[in-house]
Amino acid sequence: MKLKEVAQLVEAEFLNLPEKADEEVHTACAADLLSDVLAMRGEAALLITGEAAPQVVRVADVMNIRAILYVRGKKPQKKDIVKWATQRGIVLLSTPLPTFEACGRLYVKGMRCSECSEIEFA
Amino acid sequence: MERQVFSYSVVRTGSFEDVGLISTEIKKKLEELGVERNIVRRVSIICFEAEMNISLYAERGGNIFVAVEPDKVDIYVEDDGPGIEDLEKAMQPGYSTAPLWVHELGFGAGMGLPNMEKNSDVFEITSELGKGTKIHSVVFRNKDAA
Repeated sequence: MKLKEVAQLVEAEFLNLPEKADEEVHTACAADLLSDVLAMRGEAALLITGEAAPQVVRVADVMNIRAILYVRGKKPQKKDIVKWATQRGIVLLSTPLPTFEACGRLYVKGMRCSECSEIEFA
Repeated sequence: MERQVFSYSVVRTGSFEDVGLISTEIKKKLEELGVERNIVRRVSIICFEAEMNISLYAERGGNIFVAVEPDKVDIYVEDDGPGIEDLEKAMQPGYSTAPLWVHELGFGAGMGLPNMEKNSDVFEITSELGKGTKIHSVVFRNKDAA
């Protein structure tokens, strides 16, 4: 699934890097607890989260997460965080939907759990 | 490749906006050196958890040293923070002494040390109350080939 399809499905807006709209993402992880993200098995391309604190983008970088989808209309409040994410190539999206609905819509269209998926990235 | 050593000081600023910056630097450095993707990930996770712990608990900060060799990556973490009262408990997943404000940042789930151990091939920790904590972690690069 392309990032632009993700955005369309969950009615999200791109907060940065719209030029990456055609990038493919197949695995996701949903967590508000960053400790859970850091303890994750497998690799998630997409992080769905209700946590908009600056640390989220650092954790995403360390975990090779390529895009963050903030739920409930959340957005990182600091401009330099968006800038930092852009420098590191991490796409930021924001959806008005709550986590369960966002995950459900993506799952139905083929997005899979990074810890259960058999897809492997080189 | 020769042994390459990098050292980083974790300064406690009282603000958590910068937490993770050192770990992402380390990650970038390892990528530049051509270290395998999976190894970079494990080392970065270990460093992130360490950076987090130092930032949360060690008032005077601490240091992270990363030594990259052809067959392994060594990570040394040291601080002169408060030390860990019950190391055995602290190594159990879910055991946490983190205050509420740490939980509010999305951390403090009691997974830090267990996660560091999980991502290490060798994990040694010593801690003394009032003196500080030292960690040595090793991630082997050729584990799958061996």
